[in-house]
Amino acid sequence: MARYLITRAWQSALTLLLSTIVVFFGVRALPGDPALALAGEDRSPEALEAIRHHYGLDQPLPLQFAQYVGRMAQGDFGESIRTGIPVSSMLTTALPVTAELAVLAILIAAALGVGAGVLAAVRRGHPAEWLANGLALVGLSVPHFWLGLLAILYLSVATGLFPASGFVPLLDDPVDNLHHLVLPAVILGTGLAAIIMRQTRSAMLDSLSSDYVRTAKAKGLRPRAVITRHALRNSLIVVVTIVGLQLGGLISGAVVTEQIFGLPGFGKMTIDAVFQRDYPVIQAVVLLTATAYILINFLVDLLYSVIDPRIRVTGDPA
Amino acid sequence: MTTTERIGDRPAPAAPALELRDLSVTFRTEGGNVSAVDRVSLDLAPGEIVGMVGESGCGKSVTAMSIAGLLPDSARITGSIRLQGTELVGARDSVLRRVRGKEIAYIFQEPMSSLNPVLTVGRQIAEVLQVHERMSRRAARARAVELLALVGIPSPATRVDNYPHQLSGGMRQRVMIAMAVACGPKVLVADEPTTALDVTVQAGILQVLRDLRDRLGTSILIITHDLGVIADVADRVVVMYAGRVVERAQVTDLFAHPHHRYTAGLLSASPTPGVHAGTQRLQEIPGLVPVLSSQPDACTFADRCPAADTRCRDAAPPLAAVATATDHLAACWHPCPIPRTQPEEASA
Repeated sequence: MARYLITRAWQSALTLLLSTIVVFFGVRALPGDPALALAGEDRSPEALEAIRHHYGLDQPLPLQFAQYVGRMAQGDFGESIRTGIPVSSMLTTALPVTAELAVLAILIAAALGVGAGVLAAVRRGHPAEWLANGLALVGLSVPHFWLGLLAILYLSVATGLFPASGFVPLLDDPVDNLHHLVLPAVILGTGLAAIIMRQTRSAMLDSLSSDYVRTAKAKGLRPRAVITRHALRNSLIVVVTIVGLQLGGLISGAVVTEQIFGLPGFGKMTIDAVFQRDYPVIQAVVLLTATAYILINFLVDLLYSVIDPRIRVTGDPA
Repeated sequence: MTTTERIGDRPAPAAPALELRDLSVTFRTEGGNVSAVDRVSLDLAPGEIVGMVGESGCGKSVTAMSIAGLLPDSARITGSIRLQGTELVGARDSVLRRVRGKEIAYIFQEPMSSLNPVLTVGRQIAEVLQVHERMSRRAARARAVELLALVGIPSPATRVDNYPHQLSGGMRQRVMIAMAVACGPKVLVADEPTTALDVTVQAGILQVLRDLRDRLGTSILIITHDLGVIADVADRVVVMYAGRVVERAQVTDLFAHPHHRYTAGLLSASPTPGVHAGTQRLQEIPGLVPVLSSQPDACTFADRCPAADTRCRDAAPPLAAVATATDHLAACWHPCPIPRTQPEEASA
């Protein structure tokens, strides 16, 4: 286990370093000049030069990179070129919004997806299966942004059931917080729910026809015990894998969803930063996204061994 | 009670533990109906071990699965299955659930895939006890340890927390047996219990089954294609071919004097020490078991039978007592009275 953790840590560090390099040089290769964006009315060469000098943008790229990595190692993400606010404080306000949105979306997607998947497998050939399959197809094919717009139009504007935009911090008012986040979380979770549903259904069909399910039936267990304790538990390994792989998609989905619902989260921060060529902010969000992805994958790997005792994490290459 | 008294179509003196009467099973498939079992009748006396033998696809496993209603929904079952007087064909799910694991238990062929890979063996054994005996989790676990000891698993107190993949094939099958006998079932159905195991392990498993019968008085229906297993443990044997019972007899009787041509073929396809010691080729039965959409009024073995004539293709032979013994039945128009130890003519 210790060996496994060390191997994993090395791999993660390497991944992070690579993504740092790619994003640092990547954003600078983009057309556009942050100095121009900042200069406003006064676009004289002297003013631009002054801005570039102030932010260190006039130095050679390798030097800029070295300084950036050096500061980062001390936990200093720099400050936004646009607003001058430290990136770390921007992150502390934006991250909880996105984290809450993503966790809610995953919970909703898992509940809907696993529930519908089990139902579709158990009620094979019944209308329930067709309904679940049909909904999954819709969930997969309709883009988030359009679904989001429809939801705002019919569930917020027309009926006033949910607020169309805005955010209330969880600690300020938990109920209002949930009220604001349910709709975006459902929209964000639909695609994932559809994928989970389809994977659960096919994994359940496999395990329902397995020998150990036949054994469970032969023991006289109730259908509920056969389905949950025996068939579903064995199907979950597939579901967890898929969820793990799809979380990257969830992060990019959050960017769009936050934009539509006007949530002051990580995604909105990313988009604003990209449009304004706010290098320090872009660098920080990409690095954090990569870290999140690495962490999630690590958790998924650990979860495997919890679900399936045959899988033991070791440092040995598979 | 002598064994001969409980055989045959006459009413048995002791009420049988399990009675099958004219059991037929048909599957609806995309390619049409497939008849898997045709009018099979069989009694299992208390404490008796009956072997059911035949090639793959002859309907022996389907017969076994139909007893506790374990066949898929596509199966249509007719006839009667009585477990100590309770009719199981068409019984409600709640009735079947009470019977399964409690009155009738199963052991399957492949213990690795038949055990749930993600639950400890102790948990899987305890589950039966919790359902049928309403035991607490703790009590069921303690009983699981006793059961593991009963089926000969060393250091049961440790093994109880093992997962199936941590056990050897023979131990897994012992776990299956422990699970099957947990509630002291009246009938144990063992579907190819030793097929996936090597020979030394096989002998151990058969010994466990024999012990259980002796100790608990369980009736055992053992399904196999291995005549050696039958000779080893069974009191009586039923030979199946293409969904029908073609011969039924005491084991010693059947091995000494097979009457049905198919039985004779099966026996000469098995090596006999001394006879086949490298000097003589084993006889094979040409062809395969047919897949039937419906059961014809003819002998289904006729196409593979050396003695078949028009009569065999025009009418199905009834399962009737042979001339030499009343408890020996065969369904053949041309039974072979020749002992199987003289097959020289056939091999010439």
